Amino acid sequence: MTGFLTLLYKELLRFWKVSFQTVLAPVLTALLYLLIFSYVLSRRVEVYPGVSYTAFLIPGLVMMSMLQNAFANSSSSLIQSKVTGNIVFVLLPPLSAGEFFGAYLVASIVRGFSVGLGVLLVAQFYASTPPIHIIWALLFGFFGCGILGCLGIIAGIWAEKFDQLAAFQNFIVVPLSFLSGVFYSIHALPPFWREMSHFNPFFYMIDGFRYGFFGLSDVAPQLSLIIVAASFAGLSALTIGLIHRGYKLRG
Amino acid sequence: MTPAIEITGLKKRFGSLQALSGIDLTIERGEFFGLLGPNGAGKSTLINLLAGLLRPDHGFLRILGHDVVRQYRSARLSLGVVPQEIVYDPFFTVRETLLIQSGYYGLRRNHHWINTLLERLDLTDKADVNMRALSGGMKRRVLVAQALVHRPEVIVLDEPTAGVDVELRQTLWAFIQSLNSQGHTIVLTTHYLEEAQEFCQRIAMLKQGQIVALDTTKSLLASFEHRELKVTLNSFELPDALRPMLRQSIGATHILDLPSLAGLEEILAIIRQSGALIEDLSLSEPDLEDIFVSIMNEQVLE
Repeated sequence: MTGFLTLLYKELLRFWKVSFQTVLAPVLTALLYLLIFSYVLSRRVEVYPGVSYTAFLIPGLVMMSMLQNAFANSSSSLIQSKVTGNIVFVLLPPLSAGEFFGAYLVASIVRGFSVGLGVLLVAQFYASTPPIHIIWALLFGFFGCGILGCLGIIAGIWAEKFDQLAAFQNFIVVPLSFLSGVFYSIHALPPFWREMSHFNPFFYMIDGFRYGFFGLSDVAPQLSLIIVAASFAGLSALTIGLIHRGYKLRG
Repeated sequence: MTPAIEITGLKKRFGSLQALSGIDLTIERGEFFGLLGPNGAGKSTLINLLAGLLRPDHGFLRILGHDVVRQYRSARLSLGVVPQEIVYDPFFTVRETLLIQSGYYGLRRNHHWINTLLERLDLTDKADVNMRALSGGMKRRVLVAQALVHRPEVIVLDEPTAGVDVELRQTLWAFIQSLNSQGHTIVLTTHYLEEAQEFCQRIAMLKQGQIVALDTTKSLLASFEHRELKVTLNSFELPDALRPMLRQSIGATHILDLPSLAGLEEILAIIRQSGALIEDLSLSEPDLEDIFVSIMNEQVLE
């Protein structure tokens, strides 16, 4: 247990020591999106009856920031350790695959929630969006950050160079999160793209998270929760398996 | 008693390169053991396999009887490795680095031992300095301290003195020797053969993934009979019969190759017969470097 706690502490300290870049910068980015999109679209679009576009946008932006930062945390920590070589400090001690996985995962979730909370608090100056079903919002936040934390660990282990990691982020994580319904409801899409959205796992995370705020969603939140929880379980098992086998870590 | 390190039938391949082709090696507890070989001989591969940073294709490695793959927890608790490359985490100070490393080994309260390590490695006044701000030699000392936070019984040093100043080398060796005298097993790889000769009781030489020599330092030195004879004569002329052995002449001083001590008598006889007088004469002591070069130049027989 001490091994896990120490690695977790080290991972938390790592991003906290540079929180200007790891927490404040993403909060600012999300606010810029909010500022621009809500100014341009707020009078033209009403996605759910009685919910302003600005209010609709806030949970999506919060979740998108959480997901992207959860991914960034584990993936950048691992690739930095690999490139600088100090990954040996965690490979030499008797840490199990579960401890290794758990520490990187929890740190990713904490980073995701720190950024998410920051975005949510500052966004309250634009529109008040208290979550109606806070438990649902927390559950989707947890599983969403967990999924992206896992993906970050996998990408960090797989990538050998920073640009491979950037490719993973720019060609997979960013498009999937932008096309998941952060800025729109998928009911506003043409039928083909609406169907395609159902194959995007990010859609269920955002839609379910938004349900936690408004009690309204594109698909039933129970279905989203099952999909998100099952994806998290599957990815966790895969990630622990990779670490246990020493994939790309122990040649 | 279980040996400190036990390696059986160890093979490791990287693509088309056979890095280790069948290593059998036992290192007893308390030994100061040297692992020598040119670059690419497989020394670091062997150490990385011991440390669990690589997985073997064939064979077993045991540390104090614990298999490094199946019983990795007990094996890694017994092993401290000082890596060859200088690596560090730029986010932390020296003390934070050592406290975190202790935690990975399950040690919560390790301040006392960490202070001892800092003191023995001359790092006390750098304890609260960020790793980034340290010189290369200082970072190397921190790596040594990191390898020792959990007081491992077996300590592996992979070229610990590469690019390190004289002062640190002395500090480091004094510390390592005191650990060895307390019963810790030390395994050392080095390019400085005089270090191996001075400290190691036993030596293995690796070449192309195989052990080509394994013996006590003493018998390795004794078995190596090749010497150099430096002789100064009262004339510049060297007797013709000695020309084939000549390596170098500086004025009246000639350096002769002596394949074995048995040939010494014959050389002296030839000089006497020629009528020349010997003004000075010295015989080189064998050193590990000669042995190393001669073994490395032999063909490995398949």
